[in-house]
Amino acid sequence: MSTPPPLGYLSASGARADIILPLTWYTLIVSVVVCVVIGALLWQGVRRAAARVTDLTTVPPQRGASGLSWIRVGVGISLVPLLVALVWTVVALGAASTPAGRPALVLDITGHQWWWEVTYAADEAANTFTTANEIHIPVGAPVLVRLHAADVIHSFWVPKLTGKTDTIPGQTNLGWIQARRAGHYRGQCTEYCGWQHAHMGLEIIADPPAEFARWRARQLQPAPQAVSDAERHGRALLEFRCGSCHAVRGTTAGARSAPDLSHLAGRHLIGAAVLTNGAGALGGWIENPQGLKPGCLMPNQGLSVAELNDVVAYLEKLQ
Amino acid sequence: MRVADARTPLVGHVSGAHAVRLATLWESPPGLKGFITTVDHKKIGLRYIITAFIFLLIGGLEALLMRLQLAGPELRVLNPEQYDQLFTMHGVTLIFLYASPILSGFSNYLWPLVLGSRDMAFPRLNALSYWIYLASGLFLYAGFLTGHGPNDGWFNYTPYALRDYNPGPNEDYYSLGMILLGISTTVGAANFIVTAFRTRAPGMSLNRVPILVWGTLTANVANLIVVPSVSLAFFLLWCDRQFGTHFYDPAFGGHHLLWQHLFWIFGHPWVYAIVLPAMGMVSDGLPVFCRRPLVAYALVAAATVATMVLGFGVWVHHMFATGLPGLGMSFFSGASILITVPSALTVFAWLATIWYGRPVITTAFLFFASMILLFVIGGVSGFMTASVPVDWQLTDTYFVVAHLHYVLIGINVFPVIGAVYFWFPKFTGRLLDERLGRWNFWTLFIGFNLGFLPMHLTGLFGMPRRVYTYAPDMGWTTLNLITTVGAFLFALGVLLLIANVVLSLRRGARAGANPWDAPTLEWSVSSPPPPYNFAVIPTVTSRHPLWEERLGEPGAHSSLKEGLLLEQRRETLGTTPVDARPDMILEMPEDTSAPLVLAVGLTLVFVAMLRLSGWLFAIGALLCAVALLVWLWPRAEMGEREPAHG
Repeated sequence: MSTPPPLGYLSASGARADIILPLTWYTLIVSVVVCVVIGALLWQGVRRAAARVTDLTTVPPQRGASGLSWIRVGVGISLVPLLVALVWTVVALGAASTPAGRPALVLDITGHQWWWEVTYAADEAANTFTTANEIHIPVGAPVLVRLHAADVIHSFWVPKLTGKTDTIPGQTNLGWIQARRAGHYRGQCTEYCGWQHAHMGLEIIADPPAEFARWRARQLQPAPQAVSDAERHGRALLEFRCGSCHAVRGTTAGARSAPDLSHLAGRHLIGAAVLTNGAGALGGWIENPQGLKPGCLMPNQGLSVAELNDVVAYLEKLQ
Repeated sequence: MRVADARTPLVGHVSGAHAVRLATLWESPPGLKGFITTVDHKKIGLRYIITAFIFLLIGGLEALLMRLQLAGPELRVLNPEQYDQLFTMHGVTLIFLYASPILSGFSNYLWPLVLGSRDMAFPRLNALSYWIYLASGLFLYAGFLTGHGPNDGWFNYTPYALRDYNPGPNEDYYSLGMILLGISTTVGAANFIVTAFRTRAPGMSLNRVPILVWGTLTANVANLIVVPSVSLAFFLLWCDRQFGTHFYDPAFGGHHLLWQHLFWIFGHPWVYAIVLPAMGMVSDGLPVFCRRPLVAYALVAAATVATMVLGFGVWVHHMFATGLPGLGMSFFSGASILITVPSALTVFAWLATIWYGRPVITTAFLFFASMILLFVIGGVSGFMTASVPVDWQLTDTYFVVAHLHYVLIGINVFPVIGAVYFWFPKFTGRLLDERLGRWNFWTLFIGFNLGFLPMHLTGLFGMPRRVYTYAPDMGWTTLNLITTVGAFLFALGVLLLIANVVLSLRRGARAGANPWDAPTLEWSVSSPPPPYNFAVIPTVTSRHPLWEERLGEPGAHSSLKEGLLLEQRRETLGTTPVDARPDMILEMPEDTSAPLVLAVGLTLVFVAMLRLSGWLFAIGALLCAVALLVWLWPRAEMGEREPAHG
């Protein structure tokens, strides 16, 4: 394996996952040791005692030893790692419940079929903004996440940073993340939620604090202006067609049932972590979302080549 | 079952004339009539086994299709809709239509034979439970085959299962099919419980029954308690879907976690219900091949019951990620960790049985012995998911898929195939071929482990469950290909089993009554057994009636050739629940088509509920009423029109 698997949980990069990881290794090692020991006992038992015949009637039944000592010793030894696991579980559960410090940031994350809506909460409305699928956080700071669901149950999971918490309609679940070092961390919906459950990814990008502040400041701005003719035509098309579902702040596209596109060009991935962002990917996605994510709620657009180029030109502008 | 007139039954020896008389009393008529009307537990048991095995094949084929789709990244063998229905039907089929019914089949066939009785306590209920099981299987597959199979996974969470997100009839098929199946399970469970407590041979006190009986009895007590929960859950779901009730609608005071609680209160005990009888098969089969009694019989029996008692208190470990309070979860975490203790006890009892015995290696022994290792692998991965924080990472990844397949294939399918090799001679009079058996075993064993051992790693590498495809850069590609190869190897092993059964039915070596020199009562009668099972009701004085002399058990002198004749009608002996002292003569029913008609009527009622059709409902209900009238009509010749005996 050249690169470590992005969703693997045998390594951790954040405080909450750090609490869980040693316990995972402990239970895993105990499990492997138990399998090896029992396997060896079984193999050895069969080898050493086997009667080398195939006809059972030639081996008369015997009462044999009671064997109770095996149970005393076996169950006695088994109890030790079990009790350790039990105590450790309760301790880790307590430690993982709340972050060590005051949260620096509060996020409202809402699972939709099949994408993630992310709102950066703040006391004043002017300081809140909404984005989708890509979540920037400052390195080292605890971040509180409030989890909601817009339709069916989903589950929020970023294995390098935190275990899973479901998003359930009608209730708000709490979780938290705190990245130890800067980097991109893959996340994924893990509760079956319909046809495109497989393609409901997300990405958390932990930035150094200064970089995060710059990113946040840009997100608070309305979408960049269309300048060229192509961009203006693209914006008009977007307002007319895409605005039924999407929002681009500063335009008449203001719907909330699909990802906010105000700063789409700044995102690293599109389609809930299905494609790497870029002109080609955007064009392909807009023309044929049903080919890339069959059954997703975005219809194929059927734009002409010229129209598509203009829409993409405008979207590329949305830094 | 019915208490017969008070008389002193005759005691006598097995004789030719007596056997002929019993045969005429008990034999079902040949042909279609006998097929429809028989209430013989052996015929019903075999039907259960064959039907469940066919469902195993269907569920397996569904798995192979999914493995083709997952063999490489971004393949397009299946579209998401097909994949979703397939993984749902795969789970529903194997968990509900295979795993439990196959064990019911074995217990149906074997119980009266190991208990020294002539049939189950309620033979007609037995037939009813089979017909309803068959009907519910057909009902569920009617949806799937018309393109409307259940599509929300076997645990079917709301709101995805509700009409807003699932407007087709898919979930109605699932809801109603499961309620129908629940009737079959409940009827069967009641029958098993009464059979275990009231029809054991005289002298077979509770501490002398085989562990298979303990396992099936425990499982069925649990079924009786928890099946209402899941039937209710599905009924409420159906009401929400059809009549706009709001049980699962938080906007009107309902709650989605209500579904999850109701489902898992049933779901987790069910897991034990589909492994405990199979563990019983190992506990009874292994000692035969180790040529000694099971180590720590009493503790293993107690562990069986303890597992189920603890098993009622672990359901929340399926819900650790739903945001429940930590303190509450830690109790369920503790219970889920400690439930490994009775399992560990059983494992050490099996190991000691091998170490202190003289194992004779046969195919059946290989299946039973290898199950110990598979059981431990499935057990320790379960122990990992029991720890709440660890489960937050493991849950809903392929680690859990690997875990549950070690549980279901390791602890159910392997013992069941071992049981086929072990009891096939009793069922048919012929032995399965041992050479083909070795090929069969090793193909299954290697295929299974090749498929599912690396899957733990797929899970640890983060692959989520229930995804119809995955990207090439996730690190799962090689592992998935290996699993697909393993799955096909396993399928080849299943084909070898079928080949062995087909060949051995015609050409297998004659078995005789007791080819394994085994200790329990079923091996004291001919293979296959006569329709009345026992010419005389045996009297049992030890746990191993056929070994007791050679084991030198003090005071053990079971009587197999002399006992109650009970030859006036179809009769068997009722005994007291704990000590199995003779208590009463039980009248057994004649063959009847009433159970089949009732099952057909009931199925029509459910089809009517599916289609919301009043006239169909009326026809179904009428048919049910007629069947019940015929069933319960008092018969003068059996004294049923006189007051009950005081």
